Amino acid sequence: MDNIPRIPLGNWIETALRWLTSEYSVVTRAISRVTQTGINSLNDALMWLPEWALMALIALLCWRLASPRLAIGAVAGLALIWNMDLWNPMIETLTLVVIATLVAVVIALPIGILAALSDRLYKVIMPILDFMQTMPAFVYLIPAIPFFGIGAVSAIFATVIFSMPPAIRFTTLGIRQVPTDLIEAADAYGATRSQKLFKVQLPLSLPTVMAGINQTIMLALSMVVIAAMIGADGLGSEVWRAIQRLRPGDGFEAGIAVVILAMLLDRLTQALRKSKRQ
Amino acid sequence: MDETRPVKIKVRNLSKVFGKQPKKALELRDQGLKRPEILEQTGQTLGLSNISFDVYEGELLVIMGLSGSGKSTLIRCLNRLIDSTEGEIVIDDENIPSLGEKKLLECRRRHFSMVFQNFALFPHRTVQQNAEFGLEIRGIDKAKRKELGYNSLQQVGLGGWEDAYPNQLSGGMQQRVGLARALANDASVLLMDEAFSALDPLIRKEMQQELLQLQTRMQKTTVFITHDLDEALSIGDRIVLLKDGEVVQIGTPEEILTQPADDYVRRFIEGVDRSRILTAESAMRPVRTSIRDTDGPRTALRRMRDYSIDSVYVTDRDRRLKGLLEADAASQAIEAGDETLNAYLTQDFRQVTPEEPLQHLFAMFSEKGFPIAVVDEEKRLLGVVVKGAVLDELARAGDQ
Repeated sequence: MDNIPRIPLGNWIETALRWLTSEYSVVTRAISRVTQTGINSLNDALMWLPEWALMALIALLCWRLASPRLAIGAVAGLALIWNMDLWNPMIETLTLVVIATLVAVVIALPIGILAALSDRLYKVIMPILDFMQTMPAFVYLIPAIPFFGIGAVSAIFATVIFSMPPAIRFTTLGIRQVPTDLIEAADAYGATRSQKLFKVQLPLSLPTVMAGINQTIMLALSMVVIAAMIGADGLGSEVWRAIQRLRPGDGFEAGIAVVILAMLLDRLTQALRKSKRQ
Repeated sequence: MDETRPVKIKVRNLSKVFGKQPKKALELRDQGLKRPEILEQTGQTLGLSNISFDVYEGELLVIMGLSGSGKSTLIRCLNRLIDSTEGEIVIDDENIPSLGEKKLLECRRRHFSMVFQNFALFPHRTVQQNAEFGLEIRGIDKAKRKELGYNSLQQVGLGGWEDAYPNQLSGGMQQRVGLARALANDASVLLMDEAFSALDPLIRKEMQQELLQLQTRMQKTTVFITHDLDEALSIGDRIVLLKDGEVVQIGTPEEILTQPADDYVRRFIEGVDRSRILTAESAMRPVRTSIRDTDGPRTALRRMRDYSIDSVYVTDRDRRLKGLLEADAASQAIEAGDETLNAYLTQDFRQVTPEEPLQHLFAMFSEKGFPIAVVDEEKRLLGVVVKGAVLDELARAGDQ
């Protein structure tokens, strides 16, 4: 192995990243500003609401979309978080999840649709998704810092990349699963590509797409917790602090708050998916 | 059949090869090779070979063949759900295989509605929205398409089900929705791909009858695919018989039954062709209603209305057949103030004895489709034979 020179893969990546950072600093700074504004406004809005009001709102949502049982569970869980003095970190985490999911879905849907309609794009995108999903999540945190600096925006960036693949995959899968005889029927009546997409393929793939979005939300939640390492506030930073101070009690309390939030988001999006299915 | 009728679709030398080197397969075909040899030598499947036929305006043409005969490929070539390899399909001066993408969409919208074997209804749309689909695609405005969709649902007997979803309906009802979707569109040609094959036998018979009724009302040019000879015989104006991607015979049900083109067709109809020993008596139905020559025109009209028929046989008091009274003639009699019917009877119908061979009956059905009267030596009316009953009887004989 001595005479074969080591391939400087790491160096190349660093050079490329450095080049990207300096060349596109205008772009990254603009993205940073917009994202930060979004985060701040949503955070402020959620914080402005008194705890009981937000709890009532969420309970109502659960009641309407799912069941009274979920509404009761939501109130109990949120009350526990409030009681543990983790309300504000929970709101910060929720904000990050909501914004990261929104961005991920907005990017993922068109890509998923295109990959479903074009076999060539499908073959290009699937390995990239495999790469994105198997790369250890922490790695995304490192380039995020030179791009966007320490803080919430970097956390969003890493979270979007980490959580996007299932939304793309499920969208592609959902569209490809539409029975061929329905596609034939649409064609037979002279539907254009976009009519076929919007009147047949997308509506029929909606349950699968929603399942993908549900996965994206779950991944986003796990990532924003990890993102505490690069300075994102929220429940993750509570956990991080507990690790550094070796206080397992605090760590578990924050962890339980994450679990409650995760279950709430999961059940809500699943209920949404079922209500969309006729 | 009347060959001077206007042609709606002209199919000429249509061939379809499945595979990547269609030219090679067609060359071998031209050298006289058949499907299995071509598959062996080139790996290409000759789906359709040199198909030529016409579809006349307003007729119900059945394309029939067993599985693998290429019938589904053929119907999909007509609206280009499958691209053909060579040949022409001309509809209103447009050659479908050479249309550009835009023209093709327009052509499909204007000319073709399609009904599918497994219904292919959109599960996320209500029955009404399914019926409107073709109109929506064509960009018809909301109010208009609502009305047209509603009307076509009424036509297929689904009034009141507008807001249901397809999965709430039985198979037969789902296919009615499929039919309504096709009719609402009012395209010039109706393509039916094994439309009734997925239905159970009783429902299938019922749907066939309704299709025939719709057909007499609307005279829509229809291409109907089936693998079922019984179905082909009972609904087709003409039948195109396919075997291994080639046309074996084209003709009316009568022609196919009485003059099979080759042994294949003969074997096919072997079971069916018992006409030589079947007689008029076996297909005869009792007369549901007849009237006496002493009855007045009002009585006659009321009878016709009660039994939903538009002509009725008139007998004397010994049940001897005097003639046939049409509804029009009866109302003329009323207008003229006549109380007797004798002057208004027509003799423009056929009468046979019960011993008449069934196959002779085919040729006897007049254009107006009056039932054939069956009488004994004394000219007493024993019963009537309708066209459907003849075919039904033959088909049934085939099943035994």
